[in-house]
Amino acid sequence: MSSINYSDKIPNNVNLSEDRALQRALEQWQPNYLAWWNDMGPEGSQDFDVYLRTAVSVDPQGWAQFAHVKMPDYRWGIFLNQAEQDRKIHFGDHKGEAVWQDVPGEHRANLRRIIVTQGDTEPASVEQQRHLGLTCPSQYDLRNLFQVNVEEGRHLWAMVYLLHKYFGRDGREEGEALLERRSGQQDNPRILQAFNEPTPDWLSFFMFTYFTDRDGKFQLCALAESSFDPLARTTKFMLTEEAHHMFVGESGVSRVIQRTCAAMNQLRTDDPRTLREAGVIDLPTLQRYLNFHFSVTIDLFGADESSNAATFYGSGLKGRFEEGKRTDDHLLHGQTYRVLAVKEGKLVEREVPMLNALNEVLRDDYIRDSIGGVERWNKVIEKAGIAFRLRAPHKAFHRNIGSLAGVRVSPEGQVLSQADWNAQVDQWLPTGADRAFVASLMGRVVAPGQFANWIAPPAVGVNRQPAEFEYIRFN
Amino acid sequence: MGQSDVAVIRQHLIDPEICIRCNTCEATCPVGAITHDSRNYVVDAAICNLCMACVPPCPTGSIDNWRTVPKARAWAIEAQLEWDSLPDELPAEALQAQALHPEKMGQGESAPEAHTRAQPAAGADTASAEHAGVVMPAANRWGSTLPPWSAAHPYTNLYGPRATARSIVATVAGNVRVTAAGRDYDTHHIVLDFGNTPFPVLEGQSIGVVAPGNDAEGRPHHPRQYSVSSPRNGERPGYNNLSLTVKRVLVDQAGQAVRGVASNFLCDLAVGDPVTVTGPFGASFLMPNHPRSHLVMICTGTGSAPMRAMTEWRRRARSTGTFEGAKLLLFFGARSQEDLPYFGPLQKLPTDFIDINLAFSRTPGAPKQYVQDLMRERSADLAPLLANPDAYFYVCGLKAMEAGVIHALEDIAREAGLDWLTLGEAMKRDGRLHLETY
Repeated sequence: MSSINYSDKIPNNVNLSEDRALQRALEQWQPNYLAWWNDMGPEGSQDFDVYLRTAVSVDPQGWAQFAHVKMPDYRWGIFLNQAEQDRKIHFGDHKGEAVWQDVPGEHRANLRRIIVTQGDTEPASVEQQRHLGLTCPSQYDLRNLFQVNVEEGRHLWAMVYLLHKYFGRDGREEGEALLERRSGQQDNPRILQAFNEPTPDWLSFFMFTYFTDRDGKFQLCALAESSFDPLARTTKFMLTEEAHHMFVGESGVSRVIQRTCAAMNQLRTDDPRTLREAGVIDLPTLQRYLNFHFSVTIDLFGADESSNAATFYGSGLKGRFEEGKRTDDHLLHGQTYRVLAVKEGKLVEREVPMLNALNEVLRDDYIRDSIGGVERWNKVIEKAGIAFRLRAPHKAFHRNIGSLAGVRVSPEGQVLSQADWNAQVDQWLPTGADRAFVASLMGRVVAPGQFANWIAPPAVGVNRQPAEFEYIRFN
Repeated sequence: MGQSDVAVIRQHLIDPEICIRCNTCEATCPVGAITHDSRNYVVDAAICNLCMACVPPCPTGSIDNWRTVPKARAWAIEAQLEWDSLPDELPAEALQAQALHPEKMGQGESAPEAHTRAQPAAGADTASAEHAGVVMPAANRWGSTLPPWSAAHPYTNLYGPRATARSIVATVAGNVRVTAAGRDYDTHHIVLDFGNTPFPVLEGQSIGVVAPGNDAEGRPHHPRQYSVSSPRNGERPGYNNLSLTVKRVLVDQAGQAVRGVASNFLCDLAVGDPVTVTGPFGASFLMPNHPRSHLVMICTGTGSAPMRAMTEWRRRARSTGTFEGAKLLLFFGARSQEDLPYFGPLQKLPTDFIDINLAFSRTPGAPKQYVQDLMRERSADLAPLLANPDAYFYVCGLKAMEAGVIHALEDIAREAGLDWLTLGEAMKRDGRLHLETY
């Protein structure tokens, strides 16, 4: 059961060939998917041989097989983690009952919405990143970008499988719509706003994969707790792939910092202008990018008080991060949680029913996790002997969703007037000049073993390959 | 003092500078050996069975780090949770005090358990996983994880924790001493018979032997791995048997008395005794089978086992003419002639079949000589083989020999005007350089 059936048109470990109707439906969707990939996938790359990792089974030995393949030939398919025998619902009002192998009628609309929203982010990020290959800082990074892209493609497959198998005609229509929406397109945009912003340069890409793909991790972790077992099993396997995306982000930013620190020590300066002239990205600019991506991403967790979140939890559709490791009653009735609000020009904490605050709970878990990586970046700076620290901004900084939307708050958490905000925002968020400078560094470096001047080489190659390894054959 | 108190282990560690705390390893570990706090992910050496399940899924490579430490000094998880970076390898002096002395190790000195690899065989499912558990940096860098293109297809893990049967029982069909009597270096040639039980092996593969009884902590002994020293059609051709080369361990590297669990069990066996076996293991240290494929074999001590197997297979195939024109070069190191396993039979092989170079580090009155010295002497013959895509290199023995051998290959390549970086990568990629050290 765990090994993947590659002889079918669609690789899968779900015995697809036994469900002919479903198989036919997915086989009809497949060419549309490939057309989407050719249209909206990484620009000008369809003929490259890329050193990619492909899953051949979902156990640890089988899911990391490396070989050069052309991306349109990548074996996208449907892989679910192995079923856990007698798994029980472990939170919400159905706690203790057997998990669902099918969608209960009363939760159909909500589950569909959850799956479609998750699924929509996957092709969206491929679209956002499709031009980046033209300005890659090395073959190694280009390969990592492509790996992220094909895995986002596979995550779309995972969600479309659930839609087709469990949601009938509605699901098939949603599957088509996922291929029709376009990131940033005015008349038919992607569902979540963060996925309609362009990813204009590699620094943004690294920040995006660090911060925004980490949102993906937390959403997937919450869904991996779901009472709807096929969703839990699908998302569990997606998490192992998601880990690679966060690695690309964390190590990418870390390598930029490393290079900048080396230049600072070499030139004995912390002057941004001198450093920019030397072709590296100064640390204050990195801080502004960090502020932007952090704040935009924490918006993705939704409103701080949400009756939908309460419904999703109570009905067992979506758990908390690491639900199984928590020691409370997993029902949460009568419990409270503190959320932020602005009162008389000050940030204050308010107690609200925890069930309604579950978006905030997940957001706070996310913030703790993402700050860990920021601290690891600081270690790189510390190691270089430089007195500068990157900081995650205050939770209320630059928010556009929930009760903090539009409130002007400094990265330190001070409520500001609009005038004060306007006077200082250029120190906190990337300016047009910052973005233009970063864009000016983006030249294509593809000779094996070569890296752009603004980024350090990685500590270890992909699959332990040496630095000069030819990750991409351009043909 | 029991074996568990003095053994040197390769401790599995996670590099906190590269790790991104993604939790994949903890979610993957089948025995719950990995845990974390808000700072680090760490491996509990007392629980980790080196099954390698966590290694391929790690997106960063941070999981694949190893330090040689006396088992009693293994870093506790509490210490690891405080780390900002991995500790350096323990300096030689520190290890020497406890157990290990790298300078001596290269020359076939007493290892804790001759030809017992540092990790238990359990769950070593793939060639790369198996290699990752034992290799030193040089092997990580240069050792192939793929077999030669003309290798026969190996069967692996027919018996083990994830197979239908965890182990099988073989019967001892022979047990003879192959080093000169009266020496403290006591090496045995042991033949195991499998009756009608399937246990197909190829030259270069290894098997796990489970000694009876429990260890100091009351758990059953983990399987110790031994390379097969007989060719694919059996020690006795046409019978379902194989042979092992086992050195009896009586002292550890510091010279303290210690009885190796599996080696003493094996060396003391009588014909007809049962032996619990797992495996086979290994899918890359395999020989080429195409005409005019050359073998360069470099070994010390019981590292000769796979070399004996390959040599014997080629010897048996001699009459067919398939390997006409194929060269066999052997570099074999031991302390002295008397300590050399198979010394007598080796002398009987015709020189136009195999070119044998013996290095003795402790012959009275003669200067110390190591395998890498002999390789340098033969550079005129080795250089063309390095450049020849049909020549395959095998290195097996104590781990400290590895650096010296790679160094010698590097020098030989350079002197011949070859770029070692390019050549070494090509050899690794093409399955032409195989390192198996313990």
